Amino acid sequence: MGGLNFNDINWQEMGEASGATLKMLAYSGIFTIILGLPLGIVLYLWGRSNNSIIRVVYSVLSLAVNILRSVPFLILMVALIPLSKTIMGTSIGVLGTIPALVIGAAPFFARLVETSLREVDRGVIEAAQGMGASTGQIVMRVLLPEARPGLLAGVTITLVTLVSYTAMSGMIGGGGLGDLAIRYGYYRYEKEVMIISVVLMVILVQLLQMAGDRLVQYFTRK
Amino acid sequence: MIELKELTKVYGKGSKAAIALSGLNLSIKKGEIFGVIGHSGAGKSTLIRCINLLERPTAGEVWVDGVELTALGKGQLQEKRRKIGMIFQHFNLLSSATVYDNIAFPLRLAGTSKSRIDQKVKELLVLVGLENHANKYPAQLSGGQKQRVGVARALASDPDVLLCDEATSALDPQTTDSILRLLLDINRKFHLTIVLITHEMHVIQSICDRVAVIHGGGIVEQGEVTEVFLKPKHEVTKDFIRSETQQEGPLRAALEAGGRGDTKAVKITFLGQKTYESTLSEVVRGTGVNFAILQGTISTIKDVPYGQLIVRFEGEPGAINDTITELAAQGLDVEVIS
Repeated sequence: MGGLNFNDINWQEMGEASGATLKMLAYSGIFTIILGLPLGIVLYLWGRSNNSIIRVVYSVLSLAVNILRSVPFLILMVALIPLSKTIMGTSIGVLGTIPALVIGAAPFFARLVETSLREVDRGVIEAAQGMGASTGQIVMRVLLPEARPGLLAGVTITLVTLVSYTAMSGMIGGGGLGDLAIRYGYYRYEKEVMIISVVLMVILVQLLQMAGDRLVQYFTRK
Repeated sequence: MIELKELTKVYGKGSKAAIALSGLNLSIKKGEIFGVIGHSGAGKSTLIRCINLLERPTAGEVWVDGVELTALGKGQLQEKRRKIGMIFQHFNLLSSATVYDNIAFPLRLAGTSKSRIDQKVKELLVLVGLENHANKYPAQLSGGQKQRVGVARALASDPDVLLCDEATSALDPQTTDSILRLLLDINRKFHLTIVLITHEMHVIQSICDRVAVIHGGGIVEQGEVTEVFLKPKHEVTKDFIRSETQQEGPLRAALEAGGRGDTKAVKITFLGQKTYESTLSEVVRGTGVNFAILQGTISTIKDVPYGQLIVRFEGEPGAINDTITELAAQGLDVEVIS
């Protein structure tokens, strides 16, 4: 193992890769929330229904979510290459990886949403029902505000998971820091690039976690 | 105002089925405070939750203000529920909303205008005495204050009925009394019909006009509180009242101690103004018997004064009988115990 030499690092490439990671994270994060939040709400509502047909639909949906969650992300990513091509027109680069990231993370986020909604005091929901609230009003005015700290914690965990997913997407030609780490560090034995990439990702995760914790604390009223 | 007809609620199915209410009938008048008392598991919680269909009865009808609720569609039921306020043992406030927003909550559900909401919430804050706490969150309030928010929230949509589900059971005695006074105030000010369930006779005695005793999923006794309280018929009712007015042990000891010569122990019940009159001493002066007080209570049921004395008369058997006859003639209720 030779000494490390950080002088030859192409900082411009490093900057571009960081930008690409942030971009992937932002897009996939937004779409994961757009997809996962309603899915989580639906899981929560259907999981409590007394209607036997809805119970069956819930079981099917729940199974689908579990399957998506149990397939290793690497395999899911490869399996979704055709889908990415159809949706984004490409299966590589920043844009090409977003469908896989979203489909990998949304079921995970949906479960976190379902769990936080279950934490909401049943009594408060009943009180709202007693006041004549419709299901929509209960979701918007009771469940989501009451579960806000839990939901924000869920978003934080999901974003952190997405950071590691974006890194893995380097394997199938995605962009960003993970791609850089794999191409230089793994394939070309340039440890320095790998180390810097990893350090940057650690910093990113750290910042995300801190911001998330702050928000959770700010919105906790108990 | 409220009619429950043949109300039945069964939880679960088959061999695991548990009957909470079995063919219960109840009628509650407009403007009264009606109490339902029962031990835990008697079905009282199910009963009150059936009135706004938080619990859907397995069979039977729920009539509120001339409308049969179980026949209503979803939207109509939501509309009707706005006219039925409810407060809870554990308050069930939105922890993420301020006192102001909690009270405004039912008004926002109904799409009330912002200025109207503001006016209404401010009125209610004054009514429940929380005008200085509008911007606090429930976690910053005491139990009594939380229940005041609960009351204000329940009143926000100007309901015709207020349901109180063990509303004071989580509160200490002083706070309980202040919430009960608030409920009585509201009842008088707005002629609001109040239905409350409790396991404490004290609550019934303090504010209720009529009471029903629930046991094993059915009503075993009901009537005016004074009537039920002073002359309980069913064993369960007697149990509740005994814990409030009499203590078995000390009474037995007093009876066993005996007296001189011919004696008779009686329970004398005074009701209304008679409670404060000197009837007893006037009667014994006439008949010449002596008496010892073994146990006694003088209190009020809502605003009606009452007294219950257990006394032992000593003297000529004839004179004792005359005393009892005379007391009854004076309008007191006399029951010979031994």
